[in-house]
Amino acid sequence: MERKDELAVLSFVMRARKTETLSLARICRKSHATLDATLTGRVQLLGFEGTSVRASEVLYVKGDLSINDVEVIAQKLIDEPFGNTVDVEFVHIETDANEDRHLSPGTNTGAPSSNYELEVVRRVGVTDRVATQATVSASQLGFTIEAITGMHYELIGGTSYSDEHIANLVNSVLCNSVIETWAPYRVRPMFTSDIDDSDVSAHVATSGVEVVEITAATDIELARINTERGLALDPGEIQVVAEWYRNLGRNPTDAELETIAQTWSDHCSHKTFRARITAHTADESRLYEVEPLLQQLRRSTEKINAPFVVSAFDGNAGIVQFADGVRLAIKAETHNHPSAIEPFGGANTGVGGVIRDVLAAPARPVALTDILCFGPRDLHHSELPEGVLHPAIIEEGVVDGVADYGNKIGVPTVAGAVLYDRGYVANPLVFCGCVGEVLEGVDGLSGPHVGDHIVVVGGATGRDGIRGATFSSMTMDATTGEVAGASVQIGDPIMERLVTDLLIEILDRPNPLCTALTDCGAGGLSSAVGEMGEHLGVRVDLTTVERKYRGLLPWEVWLSEAQERMVLAVAAHHVDEVLARARHIGVIANDIGTFTGDGQLVVLHGEVSVVDIPMEFLHNARPTREMNAVLPDPRREHTLLPEVNVAQALLQLLAHPTIASKEAIIRRYDHEILGATVVRPMSGPSQVGPSDGVVIVEPRRNSGFALGIGVNPQYGLYDPERMAYAVVDEAIRNVVVAGADPRQVALLDNFSWGDPRRETTLGDLVATVSGCCAAAQMFRAPFVSGKDSLNNEYTDSDGTRHSIPPTLVITALAHVPEADHVLTTQLKTPGNEILMIGTTRDELRGSHLHLVLGGDFGGEVPAPDVDAPKRYEILHEVIREGLVESAHDCSEGGVGVALAEMVLASEWGIEASLEGPNEVAALFAESNGRIILEVQPENVDAILDRFVTGIGRIGRISKNHSLTIATSSHVHSWSGSDLYDAWTSSDARSPV
Amino acid sequence: MTTRMKPKAVVLSAPGTNRQHDAAFALAQVGAEVTHVDIRDLPHDAAQVQSAQVILVAGGFSYADALGSARVFAMELEHRVGDLLATKAREGTPIIGICNGFQMLVRAGLLPGNNSGTATLAHNKQGTFECRWVDLAPSSQRCIWTRNVTSTISCPVAHGEGRFVCDDATLATLRDRDQIAFRYVHRDGSPADGQYPVSPNGSIDDIAGVCDDTGLVLGMMPHPENHVLERQGQSVGRSDASHSLLAIEIFRNGVDYASNS
Repeated sequence: MERKDELAVLSFVMRARKTETLSLARICRKSHATLDATLTGRVQLLGFEGTSVRASEVLYVKGDLSINDVEVIAQKLIDEPFGNTVDVEFVHIETDANEDRHLSPGTNTGAPSSNYELEVVRRVGVTDRVATQATVSASQLGFTIEAITGMHYELIGGTSYSDEHIANLVNSVLCNSVIETWAPYRVRPMFTSDIDDSDVSAHVATSGVEVVEITAATDIELARINTERGLALDPGEIQVVAEWYRNLGRNPTDAELETIAQTWSDHCSHKTFRARITAHTADESRLYEVEPLLQQLRRSTEKINAPFVVSAFDGNAGIVQFADGVRLAIKAETHNHPSAIEPFGGANTGVGGVIRDVLAAPARPVALTDILCFGPRDLHHSELPEGVLHPAIIEEGVVDGVADYGNKIGVPTVAGAVLYDRGYVANPLVFCGCVGEVLEGVDGLSGPHVGDHIVVVGGATGRDGIRGATFSSMTMDATTGEVAGASVQIGDPIMERLVTDLLIEILDRPNPLCTALTDCGAGGLSSAVGEMGEHLGVRVDLTTVERKYRGLLPWEVWLSEAQERMVLAVAAHHVDEVLARARHIGVIANDIGTFTGDGQLVVLHGEVSVVDIPMEFLHNARPTREMNAVLPDPRREHTLLPEVNVAQALLQLLAHPTIASKEAIIRRYDHEILGATVVRPMSGPSQVGPSDGVVIVEPRRNSGFALGIGVNPQYGLYDPERMAYAVVDEAIRNVVVAGADPRQVALLDNFSWGDPRRETTLGDLVATVSGCCAAAQMFRAPFVSGKDSLNNEYTDSDGTRHSIPPTLVITALAHVPEADHVLTTQLKTPGNEILMIGTTRDELRGSHLHLVLGGDFGGEVPAPDVDAPKRYEILHEVIREGLVESAHDCSEGGVGVALAEMVLASEWGIEASLEGPNEVAALFAESNGRIILEVQPENVDAILDRFVTGIGRIGRISKNHSLTIATSSHVHSWSGSDLYDAWTSSDARSPV
Repeated sequence: MTTRMKPKAVVLSAPGTNRQHDAAFALAQVGAEVTHVDIRDLPHDAAQVQSAQVILVAGGFSYADALGSARVFAMELEHRVGDLLATKAREGTPIIGICNGFQMLVRAGLLPGNNSGTATLAHNKQGTFECRWVDLAPSSQRCIWTRNVTSTISCPVAHGEGRFVCDDATLATLRDRDQIAFRYVHRDGSPADGQYPVSPNGSIDDIAGVCDDTGLVLGMMPHPENHVLERQGQSVGRSDASHSLLAIEIFRNGVDYASNS
């Protein structure tokens, strides 16, 4: 549909200036109709009922262009041949200074429509792939242009709202002020060439390095500097810094202070996980010192001494080598705060970041995981805390961000989980994981060596992500905000793919062209170069670092978290070749300095000294954090069994968003690329059944690996130690039922927690780590890598702090010896028997039934099942012998949900009979160690013999697509379609 | 057994192409000798393309699809080597474009519609990227890639812009001249009739792939290169003992045609 009003503006300008040269033009095209529907949904979610949105894409181009030129550009670069869904319109905004018809932000130049119109454009300096490509392609057409993209929105029925309401709406739904700017009707875009940075440039030229007075500062002044600069140092730490500079007889530069703050941050140095912790039991009866948490995890891994661990808790990723000799690198990271502020960019760069961790191994990425925790999708807008994006909007952005990066870089997103809880409203969690195959030619890199050059490869450097989240709370002025992609980084998956190609080219060969490499992530060059040169010392000249735009201060270049960059150590005689290969591939590569061997971190900006401090101080002077923890005292008692309508409860459980179908999300991810996906996230002929573990087998091989995820924050609320046991068990169960060998399982731990300075919060963490280590011992499954994200809290308007539930995510990576012996959850043949491994107990505290019904059942969180490891080994043997047809892990929602899901994955049904005095527990308790199996009748005896105990027949497969469960007191029955309807009812994003 | 030279296949990619290795694996499985050529190496490596007996344009997100799917890929190709691909097709070389490669061949004018603006691959009807397994009925005897493939094949789709749209005249021509290479169908082979998710993107007439007038150039949205081993389709019930649902026959047809001509 065409917009007459805009066309009117167009024709006016075109009449006036058909041949004259313009400096600015606007090319506009109606967006895809589904975007309107999505945005309208979001707007109405925020209470603007009756308002709908019409969106159009805008490209502003600047250059010496005639109208005809702009028409050519629009036709060649924007116009699509089929106009039934996409229209092209041109609107030119005059910027002829003589006529003084500038459009300035906020000027509503006679918007002709009664609807409220506004326009959003990217801030200059923010990654803008479309604009960059338009510039390149236009040059092939013979035009020199600058470009910037934006969106035009029409709020139909929006004029009845006040300006303040509209501004709220725009800032919540249509414009992210971190990366975009907006104005009513038309916004005037700002281009790189518009930036008046003469002041900054002059400043950079003269010095650009500020000295910060701390040696003579009082404690109060130090605290102020700490806060103002967003250093996030502990009071004791900044004292150590001040004292050190006092002894040195000078003050630090801004860059030195920032470097120390980055290196000593919880993010980089894991100071909580390395802290000396004094733990109190809840009744204060006992007080003891806890072994530092990281050390506990390391020691647990050492004690297991698994032959397949190549590298654990060292470098960017854990590395294992299972029986087939293939070395796999694995890592999972969180990107929580960035995803709360800018969901798409935060999740997008979360994926990009964890891929770089695996690239640094160095490995070729082969699989991605994502575990997402959101607030309820249907949260009423009145319950939304101030300044917080609506959970549904966060979810959409995060899912898009994960999909965009994985799909474009060409790595399948195969495993994950999505959880919903009110505790995540203000603090969504985004865990991104990656598995890679270590490059065959590389048998451990030897460097860095003294004399090696430091080469940065990837994209150009801008103000992206400087100082992480603290930046977003700062005032943005002309020299920062307008030029900033600050705080949130925007990803460029194609650039990272090119970086991957480059790394494979220079590393996957007999004589690798680099001796060491690392990811450039949090803290930017300061962390990457600082860590790489820790034992050697480095000398870097920042003038050699390629910038996105002018005016960057030296410390900004040093701290920038611009994405898609890696730092390499390259022997002097290989530098030219690396630079040439990078140039050929289309990746920026800068030779920025050398490893010196003098133990000093020296950063220059031309002649000016920016940083000059010993590595020894930077890496070893941080005082160990001293912390107190109050341990939890979980209630473990008899269950007070509630009155439950069992028939209804199963449907309620299936409809709970955490259990319900995730198909609408999963379909957005390419889980097929590389052709190695053997068991995928959804199984069965109609592809709607939920899988447990996924299996990846490279097409040229016959063995591979499985990935499984365990997560259950509900247990964390009641019994953190048992949560750890339960989720380790769940992750391992997931891979075993898919066909993996339980004796070859490596684990990742990812902790997302509240503020550990609250003693009970730290106590929960201490109990969880202890549970993790004990569970790892029980299964002989070592942790090889992990990550903690602490301080996931939100302070509401009353000043009350809200923490997320203690969220432990366990990823299991396991060996699958035979691609032909993998299983799915899909029921295969009517007449086959259903068996269950493990024992159901009255364990309902923290269960999903508890979550759905509310109230207090008493009871306890499921206890560890010490027999599980042995049973999983037997199960693996009988799977290898071909005695099992299908299998499903029994976790969220208990046996009831597990059986229902197997029915959903097939065209058949199940008739089951569950024993036990209590049918509620029999159906819905979430006891550990349980697995449902489908077995052919003639193989049942063989299987029962092998297990001896802890296994029983519970039913058989029927031809009817339905589920029947007989208990000691009732017979319950559900049709397949009732199960399916419940399971898909909360899926608000069901396509088409 | 006579030994023959392996037919030479070129897999063409651009920055952002990401299924070139999957495609190369499929071609190698049916006996081709595969060379990768990236557009950044053109015109320098144009001789590789000139001597190719089979050309495959691989899928992905060339140039991030920044100005619409494969638009820049097609522009760059013309900029660097002019109408080299069209010339190759005229000389009788079979060419297949998959997903982004299909979009590129349409943009470059090797397949019906885009030169005249009468056909294109638009955003999926649901407006979002979609990854799922689909069932395809090969339906063209003109197309050398599908000729004599009689049974349904299965493979995944993974795209956001795969809805084939064209005007009535073009559709009539495609039908009359037997240029509709693939249609999305139910598992039993019956027509999808536009029903989601069997027809995963809302394409007109359930069209999943079309060929040019000569039958040598095939473009298709689904990824046959991801179903060349039985195990790839097993967990979604696409491994059938009674008849093969593998998509590898497509590649065998193209490579055999090259060896025999």
